[in-house]
Amino acid sequence: MNSYFERRYTIAGIFIVIIIILVARLFYIQIIDNRYAIYASNNVRRQTIIFPARGPILDRNEKILVQNQTFYDIMVTPKQVKPFDTLEFCKLLGIDKAGFDKRWVKAMKYSPNLPSAFEKQLSGESFASLQERLSEFPGFDYSPRYLRNYPDSIAAQFLGFIGEVSDKDIERSGGYYHLGDYIGETGVEKSYESVLRGQRGVQNWLIDSKNKRKGRFANGLFDTAAIAGQRLKSSLDINIQQLGEQLMKNKLGSIVAIEPSTGEILCYVSSPTYDPNLMVGRQRGNNAASLYKNPYKPFFIRPIQAYYPPGSSFKPLSALIALQNGIITPETTYNCPGYYWAGNTKIRCTHVHGVVNLSSAVSGSCNGYFSMVFQKIIDLYGAKKTEQTFSQWRQNVNKFGLGNRLGLDMPNEGKGNLPTSAYYNKVYRPGGWRSSTVVSLAIGQGELEATPLQLANIECTIANHGFYYKPHLIKSIGAEEIIKKEYTERNFVGIDSQYFEPVINGMQAVVDHGTAIQSKIPGIIMCGKTGTAQNPHGENHSVFVAYAPRENPKIAIAVVVENSGEGARWAAPIASFIVEKYLKGSISKRESGITPAYFMNANKLPNIDNYTSKGKKRAAFLADSLRKSKPDSVFKQKRKKPLPYTRDDQPVNLKPDSGNKKNE
Amino acid sequence: MNNQRNFFFNVDWITVFIYLALCIIGWFNIHAAVYDERHPFIFDLATNYGKQFLFMILAFTLAIIVLLLESRMITTLAPAFYAITIFLLVLVLVIGKNVGGNQAWLSLGGGFRLQPSEFAKFATCLLLARYLSQSNIKIADSKSFLTALAIIGLPMFLILRQPDMGSTLVFYSLIFVLYREGLSANYLIISILFIVLFLTSILYPPLYVIAVISGITFILILIMRKNKRLITTLLTGLVICIAFIFSVKFIYNKVLQPHQKVRIDIVLGIKSDLRGKGYNVNQSKIAIGSGKLWGKGYLHGTQTKYSFVPAQSTDFIFCTIGEEWGFAGTVFVLGLYLFLVLRIILIAERQRSSLSRIYGYGVASVLFFHVAINIATTIGLAPVIGIPLPFISYGGSSLINFTLLLFVLLKFDSNRLGIV
Repeated sequence: MNSYFERRYTIAGIFIVIIIILVARLFYIQIIDNRYAIYASNNVRRQTIIFPARGPILDRNEKILVQNQTFYDIMVTPKQVKPFDTLEFCKLLGIDKAGFDKRWVKAMKYSPNLPSAFEKQLSGESFASLQERLSEFPGFDYSPRYLRNYPDSIAAQFLGFIGEVSDKDIERSGGYYHLGDYIGETGVEKSYESVLRGQRGVQNWLIDSKNKRKGRFANGLFDTAAIAGQRLKSSLDINIQQLGEQLMKNKLGSIVAIEPSTGEILCYVSSPTYDPNLMVGRQRGNNAASLYKNPYKPFFIRPIQAYYPPGSSFKPLSALIALQNGIITPETTYNCPGYYWAGNTKIRCTHVHGVVNLSSAVSGSCNGYFSMVFQKIIDLYGAKKTEQTFSQWRQNVNKFGLGNRLGLDMPNEGKGNLPTSAYYNKVYRPGGWRSSTVVSLAIGQGELEATPLQLANIECTIANHGFYYKPHLIKSIGAEEIIKKEYTERNFVGIDSQYFEPVINGMQAVVDHGTAIQSKIPGIIMCGKTGTAQNPHGENHSVFVAYAPRENPKIAIAVVVENSGEGARWAAPIASFIVEKYLKGSISKRESGITPAYFMNANKLPNIDNYTSKGKKRAAFLADSLRKSKPDSVFKQKRKKPLPYTRDDQPVNLKPDSGNKKNE
Repeated sequence: MNNQRNFFFNVDWITVFIYLALCIIGWFNIHAAVYDERHPFIFDLATNYGKQFLFMILAFTLAIIVLLLESRMITTLAPAFYAITIFLLVLVLVIGKNVGGNQAWLSLGGGFRLQPSEFAKFATCLLLARYLSQSNIKIADSKSFLTALAIIGLPMFLILRQPDMGSTLVFYSLIFVLYREGLSANYLIISILFIVLFLTSILYPPLYVIAVISGITFILILIMRKNKRLITTLLTGLVICIAFIFSVKFIYNKVLQPHQKVRIDIVLGIKSDLRGKGYNVNQSKIAIGSGKLWGKGYLHGTQTKYSFVPAQSTDFIFCTIGEEWGFAGTVFVLGLYLFLVLRIILIAERQRSSLSRIYGYGVASVLFFHVAINIATTIGLAPVIGIPLPFISYGGSSLINFTLLLFVLLKFDSNRLGIV
């Protein structure tokens, strides 16, 4: 012992103080601070998403329209990549060195430690050769994805397509979607997304610091299984859908056929169409770009987005309203001199019809008769009450589904256009218009515009004698075949059933011995109405609406072939083939000698160059079917002069005639 | 024979039990830290835990040999041990194996390596004790003091050349030995003051630090204004401190190596580089912090088992204890160490021979420095300098060195009643 003996206490004291500091710190991080426990669990817990198979879509006879096909995403975790033969890898993947570098930079940017997609959507065939050798490239892995496959390549606009979710989708979904997920972008894929997508499963893995899986986290306590999406049974009939698309090849227009007794849409053709398989796989981007560039707009869903003047197919409506209100009887006659004076405006008729009653006016499509009826309705309480009676008329027409969305189970349905009295008050002035001013509405022209779906729905209503079921494309959902309740409810249009007979008689006559006689189907009574809608952009739109058979109707149909000519010449035969195929299963030889092959091969696509050389912008030409909500400017400017009227058999040119001169 | 029996009776068995307990805790935690499903058996020689078992056998054998030796022989050979160590330290700089940036290992073949810097601690302690125990040596005497510094400084210089900052700093702990033997308390205070100043002036703007220490100085002057000499000292001290503060930035930026700078920055919270340099410490804190009170249980630590913490069987072995045994485990282990160190001080103080006492303080200082810095590192209180946790960390050199250190003391202690 020496004189510094006391110092041992100092030294021991320092040691004790330091140990106390360490214990205090340990107490803080182990007991007080809870963050570390969470960090530790985040460190080792990795979730993998088990993608559910998307629900398949069938046609009404359970034939497959869409099914799933496994594609493969090649994943890369940059930190795990070891030097390898880049050239060989590029060759296997079918990319070049520059493409490789671009993808590599992208993956590094995303995360050097986490896997990200290096190349997406390799088909089974192109993946097979790579899979065998994937083990030579450490750091690269694959992840199977379910994508869509369309065995018959039909009904593209109905089915729509899926695509990767956008940031907005992710935000809106409240955590359901993650980057790289697929979502229905258009068509049924979009409107039934929540049914089709199923429920993703989650697996929780324990991982080590190298991201290697070491087992299930908490023995799988937090895992959930993936639930496959439900199947959808569509109302489409694959046979007539296919036939319809063939018939409409190289034409602009659409076909909508509905089963009147259910509202189920049997045929939903939008032409030009495209192969839905183009929107899947590695070439999707290029394919989509060229489809977007196509001036005929294949992505445009003509059955619900294209607006056409209904033309003569509208005529029965005014007659029905007049009958219901007791303004006319079926026996009301009109002596057609070949024209009709509405105030100072002369409306030309196709020919001199002579004395016509309701039925023969329908079958002969007498412009005069229906203009007369229309004026009777509007002028019922005198010219001063025009606005009131017009609003009443509009309400009645509206009940047929014109000017409204019918509520189809598809996105982007258009309303058509049914002008209001407020609209006319704005165009003219309040009280500054009369029945004669808007008389062109009587024959389905003027501002009146309807989608092919609305036209077909009107035929359903006529076939049902006064009601329709909400048209829909999905018959039932899931294995239990659930049918939405709204599709079993009748929508009445406010016309008593007895008033339909005279109109239907007229419509039967159209096909039996009228303008559409060429399209008569052996052994089937079809009731129809041709329309030839003139438009400012070229040849007339050929329109035909019909239903068949007359007793116990099975199919109602609307066909529009743009810029092709008369209704009887193009739309009616096409409609008749669809109807016959649907009712009989095959197409018989016609007395008139027309064959489906002729129509399939005919090219009635309007020539874009012709239109542009005339000094009109392409937009103006496209406006025919692409116009959405408002009548285009051409219509508005010429409003004061009555438009060229629809006729069944022969287009009428707008030439100043004596009547017009008088008016000026 | 009689003599032999005596001496086994005289061994301080309490210390031996703590030693054995720490070794076994270490062995099991190494097992947990590097647990390998393919080699689950704790004796499997293909794994670190199997090897550690081998090292333990070696260490125990060595301990017994040490106890059987003559104390006099050990003290006589002190200069020889020191010379051999210095030779090995030079040798390692020439033909050493570079592991993890430090040229610190001599390859022994068969996958085993020797780390001379570990044995330097023992040799230095022993030689220092022998030198200071000479009757004509007074630490207050500047010649003696400088010689003592030279004994400590030579291995420090060589180890710094490797460059192994951690092991170099260990020798700094011998200041406690010098203090116990009469070194002015001022050295202890000044060295602590300089460490504090160094860290604060990195953390805070120098002017703030100067303002604070000036304030403290003036308060001290006010209190002790009667003692004129002290005021002069204090003012001189203040000037030196200010000079030091200004030189800190220079030292920090020019003298320290970048990786050392980053490590200091991380501890001080200036930088948080959780993916890079700060990764170890962050993961280590997560491991220990997630243990909560009772831990996750033996072999159930996810941080360590799934290798989120690097060097988890060596420098970061404390993580495994913290994660699997919780606060209870860490406090228990810290308690064992504190008890061991205090026991060593007790043993040292009961020696008749000043050589034994001085050596005992050397052992206590080196051990404590290792424990405190190693554990402080794992919980983010000290920069990562890479020194093992005595008896617990995986590694033959470290285990054998600490065994040697401790059992030479126990040997001296067993003879404390006899004449050395």
